[in-house]
Amino acid sequence: MDIRFSGFGGQGIIKCGLITGKALSLFDGKNATLTQSIGPEARGSACSSQLVISSDRVLYPYIVAPEVLVCMSQESYERYEPDLRDGGLLLVDEDLVRNAKPRGKTKMYSIPATRIAEELGNKIVMNLVMLGFFTAITEVVSTGAMKKALPGLVPSRSLELNEEAFDRGYEFGREALAGSEKSEEALV
Amino acid sequence: MAKPRLLQGNRAIALGALDAGCDFFAGYPITPSTEIAEILAAELPKRDGRFIQMEDEIASLGAVIGASIAGSKAMTATSGPGFSLMQENLGYAYMTEIPCVLVNVMRGGPSTGLPTLPAQGDVMQARWGTHGDHQAIVLCPSGVLECYEITVRAFNLSEKYRMPVIVLADEVVAHMREVVTLPDEIEVFDREVPDVPYEWYKPYDEDPSGVAPLAAFGTGYRFHITGLTHDRKGFSTAKPEEIEECIRRITDKVEKHRRDIIEVERYYLKDADVAVIAYGITARSALAAVRQARDEGYRAGMVKLKTIWPFPDKLLSKAAEKTPVFVVPELNTGQVVLRVARLVLCADEVVPINRFDGQLITPEAILDVIKGHAKKRRAPRKKPGKAKKKATKK
Repeated sequence: MDIRFSGFGGQGIIKCGLITGKALSLFDGKNATLTQSIGPEARGSACSSQLVISSDRVLYPYIVAPEVLVCMSQESYERYEPDLRDGGLLLVDEDLVRNAKPRGKTKMYSIPATRIAEELGNKIVMNLVMLGFFTAITEVVSTGAMKKALPGLVPSRSLELNEEAFDRGYEFGREALAGSEKSEEALV
Repeated sequence: MAKPRLLQGNRAIALGALDAGCDFFAGYPITPSTEIAEILAAELPKRDGRFIQMEDEIASLGAVIGASIAGSKAMTATSGPGFSLMQENLGYAYMTEIPCVLVNVMRGGPSTGLPTLPAQGDVMQARWGTHGDHQAIVLCPSGVLECYEITVRAFNLSEKYRMPVIVLADEVVAHMREVVTLPDEIEVFDREVPDVPYEWYKPYDEDPSGVAPLAAFGTGYRFHITGLTHDRKGFSTAKPEEIEECIRRITDKVEKHRRDIIEVERYYLKDADVAVIAYGITARSALAAVRQARDEGYRAGMVKLKTIWPFPDKLLSKAAEKTPVFVVPELNTGQVVLRVARLVLCADEVVPINRFDGQLITPEAILDVIKGHAKKRRAPRKKPGKAKKKATKK
């Protein structure tokens, strides 16, 4: 399975890949290989981290058509959405990506991750809100593994805030899933 | 037992250096090798080692050579632009036979090129970047665990053969993260030091191993070091027989120990119609392609080069007696392929696959070429002409 987290430098995009990769490979018994693509600038440029997950050893570490795409900036949406596999999952920060819509069989879920992080007191944890949301929607990684992966990857003084951010995103995701199931039932 | 960890290639290089006994780093941080300097800046002082950020790469390798002469196991890490600046001092270290380790994490070039994107364009520079006749040892990792193992090996070979050893990584391998379990125990080789009385010591003396012991400055042995062609005592010489001995010593110690230095991985070569020769990140695409080809019934094989220089000449010319087609994928316009083509004269064809747009060669691209040249297992295998074979055999 291939996953891409994307946004701009400074949002914690690489960290999203790191936390998920660590959770999957150390605590969920999968092989995860992580690569990153960044521009030459330190902040503000397009940035993405790619995760290839397999039960065997991963040989080719790049992804072509991911099953899951997380977008946290307009630029990243425009750049990477066309590569999303048909039937894949698109996760966006609804305040940062305008006019995002699903295409073909892809499913889209959106969350005001940055706004929720601001409500929690620090927008720097927006990536953790998104990771919680990602965990709820995709179910590729267990919440237990994700929580276990946090120490060492987020500063210990803000571990609690990061966990809280993760939980808020996770709850939002569960509700979004329940909501979309209901609307599908309504359609039937 | 060590626990599995999620490690980045650059971190694995830094950890390999520390475990091999590196106690000195001087460098000028540059993408995509920066993490190596960052990690060693944090770790070396804790272990009573030294880290110096220098004003540029010329000075960096100068400091590394100086530290090594004082008995340290010293290293620097850089990328293409810095590697270019280091060439002069690299030649000095070859000539004066000072052990040290240089890591070059390749990015796109020439010049500033592509700081954050992969390339494999420095293969020939690593061999011939500095002027004059010399032999080089260049090792190439294709995964995170190999980053660790190859760095340890680089230190060991450098100490054993008293010369610089280059770790030639690429941006993807250096920045990639994988789960690895580092070995509990590793073999660590420390350079031979003299035990003769001070006045008898000759730093470039004849030695059955081809490598004379190296005294550390400050241990009582006084000796002369110069980049000029020198005699056994280290003083410059213009005597033809001494000049020849000097050059022979720095080339023979590699040439005569090729078996010890060269490390390759062979996959399904026995009955291969097509053999892929690959290194670094490209070797991962190649292995994926070769496995897929085998699954589909094609007789594909592969050689992964973990040592690029010295080149595994014998292995390849021998493989060419049985295998008619060689495929050489590289992230450059064609560097190793030239060497392969020279070696496999009796093969029917050498097919390069080149990419230099900052992207990787995919397994599919290699698989397509394999399929174009290999025969399905069911088809009778065409034997290479006997006469042709004999003609090229020595």
